[in-house]
Parts: sequence; C-alpha cells; structure tokens
Amino acid sequence: MGWAIAVHGGAGDIPLNLPPEIRQARETALKHCLDIAVTALQATHGHSPLDVVELVVRELENHPLFNAGLGSVLTTDGSVEMEACIMDGNTKKCGAVSGLKTVVNAISLARLVMEKTPHVYLAFEGAEAFAREQGVETLEPSHFITPANVARLKQAKEADRVQLDYTQPIKKEVEVETPDENGDSQLGTVGCVAVDGDGNLAAATSTGGLVNKMVGRVGDTPIIGAGTYANTYCAVSATGRGETIIRGTVARDVAALMEYKGLSLKEAAAYVVKNGGPEGTFGLIAVSATGEVAMPFNTAGMFRACATQNGSFEIAIH
Amino acid sequence: MGKWAIALHGGAGLDPHLPLHRQEEAKNLLAHCLNLGISALRSNLSALDVVELVVRELETDPLFNSGRGAVLTEKGTVEMEASIMDGPKRRFGAVSGLSTVKNPVSLARLVMDKSPHSYLAFSGAEEFAQQQGVEMMEKEYFITQDNVGMLKQAKEAKAILFDYRIPTTGLDSCGAEAENENPMMMNGVPLSVYAAETVGCVVVDIEGRCAAATSTGGLINKMVGRIGDSPIIGSGTYACKLCAISCTGEGESILRGTLARDVAAVMEYKGLKLQEAVDFVIKERLDDGGKAGLIAVSNLGEVAFGFNTNGMFRATATQDGFMEIAVWE
Repeated sequence: MGWAIAVHGGAGDIPLNLPPEIRQARETALKHCLDIAVTALQATHGHSPLDVVELVVRELENHPLFNAGLGSVLTTDGSVEMEACIMDGNTKKCGAVSGLKTVVNAISLARLVMEKTPHVYLAFEGAEAFAREQGVETLEPSHFITPANVARLKQAKEADRVQLDYTQPIKKEVEVETPDENGDSQLGTVGCVAVDGDGNLAAATSTGGLVNKMVGRVGDTPIIGAGTYANTYCAVSATGRGETIIRGTVARDVAALMEYKGLSLKEAAAYVVKNGGPEGTFGLIAVSATGEVAMPFNTAGMFRACATQNGSFEIAIH
Repeated sequence: MGKWAIALHGGAGLDPHLPLHRQEEAKNLLAHCLNLGISALRSNLSALDVVELVVRELETDPLFNSGRGAVLTEKGTVEMEASIMDGPKRRFGAVSGLSTVKNPVSLARLVMDKSPHSYLAFSGAEEFAQQQGVEMMEKEYFITQDNVGMLKQAKEAKAILFDYRIPTTGLDSCGAEAENENPMMMNGVPLSVYAAETVGCVVVDIEGRCAAATSTGGLINKMVGRIGDSPIIGSGTYACKLCAISCTGEGESILRGTLARDVAAVMEYKGLKLQEAVDFVIKERLDDGGKAGLIAVSNLGEVAFGFNTNGMFRATATQDGFMEIAVWE
C-alpha cells in the first residue's frame, strides 16, 4: 500500500549510443517531475492523483525535449496538432482533446472538457473555441515549433518516409536519421500515472503525435482505453505506435486482465506488452490501487521513471 | 465452413410515443438493409465488405441519424463520424468531423486501406476525402427539415446541461416518481426530441471472419468538435477473431465503459458466451446510470443484442433461418 507514481517520455528505438547531453536532459526532466509529484502527494493536504498527473504532464508539455506541448513534432504541412487525455479512476470521468494548435497545456484543456462540458472529447476548431471560452493560456502556433522538429520533418520528407503502412516496422528509418535524431522521431509522447495512499488513481497522456503525420491524424493518446485509462484497479498510460495501441486497446486491457482474470498489475502489464502487438511497437506505465508499479515495453527502450512510498525510485531508458 | 450471422441497429433510446408510421418506416428500412446484407453474405462477400455496404445504405437513407439526416450541432452544422474494423487482423479505420462526405463509413474504410494512419478528423479528413475522390455533397444535402426542427426543440428544452445526469426538478424525488414528473431523458434531451439513430452493423461470414461498422451524426445540439463513441475503437466499434460489436446510446457513457472492447474482453478473459458477455456489459459497464444498446456476432455464427434504453431499432438474422426486426423489448 501507499502512494506511487510513474512517468514516461515515450517508447521506441532509442539507440544505446544516445548522446549523453540528450540522455541527461531527459533524465533530469523526469527526475524533476518525480520530485514535483512526490512533494504533491506527500503534502499534508495532499493533491489528488488527478491533480498530480495533470501537474506532471504540464511540466513535460512545457519541456521542449519531449514531443508534447512545446516541442511537439510537425505534421506533413509543418503545423503542430497536439492531443491529450486525462482520466480519474474512481469516477471513470475523463476528458480528451485533439488537433490543438495554440493551447499551451493540452492536458489541462482535457481536464476542462471533463469538468466543464457534458462531453468527453473535443477536437480541432471546436476544441480551440472551447479553450478560448475557458480562457486557458494560448500562444501563436509558431511558439510550439522547435528548430529540432523543423529538422526532423525535413529529414522525414527527404527520406520520403510518408510510410504507406507504418504498422510494418520500417528498418530503414533508424539508418536514415543522423545520430542525435536516431530513432527519435516517433518518441517523446509523455504520460503520468499516480495513486495516493487511499488507492485513488489517475492517468494522463499528452503528445504531438507522429513526425510528418497527415493533417487531421488522431493517434492513441486521446483515446480512452487505448493510450490512457484509469479505474479503481489501476491507471495506465501507453506510448508507441498509435495504431497498434488502439487496436490492442492497450490501457483498458491491463485493467480488464486484472478485473476479469484476477492478474496482478505486473502480470497484466506484462501480458499486454507481450500479446497486445508485435515486438518493437509500444510500452506502458501503470500503477495499481495498492501502490504497485509496472513499466514494461517491447521496444528498444522507454524513457521512464517511478517512485513509491516504500522508497523505491528508478529512472531508466533501456 | 462456419455459419454467417448479421445484426444491424438504427440507434437506442426511443420516444415511447414514437408514431406507429415512423416505427413502420424504420422497420421497413431495417428489413431492406438486412436483406441487402443477407444477399451479400450469400454471394460470399467478406464480413468487412458487408458491414460497409449495409452501413452505407443506412447512411444514405435520411431516416436515421447518420450521413443524410445527421443531427445538428449547436451551431446548426453537421459533423459526422464513423468507424469500421476487421476482426481477423484487427485493422480499422475511423473518421470524425465530416461535413460533406456522403458515406463516412466508406471514408473510414479508405483511411484503413489507403492512408498510413487509422483515424483522420475534421479538415484533414475532408482533404483526404477529396484526394480519394469519394462522393461529396453540398452541406444542404445532409440537413433535413426534421433536424432543423429538432435542434430548435432541443435548444428550447435546454438540452446538454452541464451535468446531464441531474434531473431538472427536485433532486430528492427519485425512481418512478421522477419519471412521472419528467419526460424520459437521454443525454439530457427528452426522448421526444432525442435522435437516437446512430447506425451500425456487425457480421460474421461463413469463413468465421467478424467485422463491425458504426456511423453517426452524433448528439443533437452537441458542441462543435465533440467526438462521441462511434469512431472510437473499443468503445462504439470493435472486432477481433472472436466477435464484432457496434454500440449506440449515450456516447460519453459508452466511452467511459469501453463497451465494445469489454464484450470481447469478457469472452476472452472470463470465457463468457456471446449473449452472456453482452448482458454482462450492459449490466456492469454502464455505471452512473448510463444508457446504451449494442449488437454483436461471434465467430461461431451467433448473434446477440442488449440494451437498457427505451427500445432499440434492430434487425438480426442467422444462416439457420432466424430473423428478427424489432423496436421495443
């Protein structure tokens, strides 16, 4: 029992020779997020897990090295289209957004959709209009575009990686990119799951999607049961190839295996990562009501970190 | 060789005072579409082709809330969405926010077959539709006079309240009492105004392949940009090797309950049979008073449906000669 928190910054073909400055910057960001979360969970009038996952994901959205908020990857026409989702375990209330171009923190708009509308999911112009109505912070679309992502898009276009079917692993992809971009293009979705000492659970995920994606493409992140899910058993955030995660209903299936088959969190998470899609496609982080943590992946690596009340603490990539 | 089975729906949550002639119209359309599906199955079309064919037909007829006849957003616009899923490989396609595409389900199929992605929405989806050369119509084609009137009524009924679960009068009155004082509601809209009629079709063909498709105009008086359960794999639509499911009802409840996936999940993980799985999901997965209905087929050629709404337009048939077209329980 006790609180637990896990954070991810994307799963994929993370090269073993990842440049140290990138590795360090990301590890530092993850560590910083854990610190924020732990402080929030331990506060005398502690924040709810729902507040904590929102807080952490906001932090990662504001960090340019992750593919969410500032630093989101670009669509085929060079624009940013961000999406996010948040879910509360006890009530199964949830909110999701897609197609955001100006909202600084997509995850907080998702929370407002959950709390201030009769709907669960708002997208594109309607979501932007709702953001303005709610007075959340917005910035010019250009604010979110980093030079690194302009370069990524250029490389993707030069490599003609408008993949016809990227559900098939594209081996060339890793080779065509320069070392510091190596295998990084589909990475960097961020997510957080948390449970407090009373077993209250929440999950949140946020992303800029896929480099060189078609305008209008929706991935797994905003999809309840795919990229994000929480109930009274567990909270889950997944990352990787969107289509695989959606067809595998990855996040819901971790919970479903616990609920319907009586598996433990670790067993359920391991089962889903093994059977939910081909090797090299995705990873997930999960916490259970009793404070267990699981962070399995079937890719080369996943930027991840976790902490629990009983003192375990981990930051890892491979 | 297995046996084929087919089920289709035209929405759940119907006005108890629905005029008889309208019930008859709906039944006739359901019968027409059911027969279309049966003929296609007898000509050995795949389950995937059959669900697309049947849903296209339902979209094209203005009677139900999808394609032509889609309900209107609070701004009086049409935003259609659809999804399709093929059981054997769990491939899928989905679209949202369409305002000019005649048959959203076929665009969903093209997203699956011809794009590098699986889900496209709003202007990007419209752009893809143009690229693919699918049939597109003027916005006026989709907007029926009926739906203009319905939107007006929904606005007058102050539908889409912030919390659409809170009854409009006395919170302490409950159960039957409340029902006598208030009209029956779905999604905060009186059933007399609510346009339930999302459409869907599930099929298993003689090779045991399952497929599902769902299409809708969404919720009357919805906010612009609202996405419901119909395009969401695992919520409104799902198909795998075991079964195929299409849901309809209160979208937000269906999303929270991951209704379609859970029918398959309790078969897979709990060993339930198709009808048991459907009953379980309707009973256990719609918490907080959520209302929905669904249709399902299994790879064994079984067909099942379930709903906790006031009625569901539905039609089912199996190769053994069973056939049913029904509206109420």
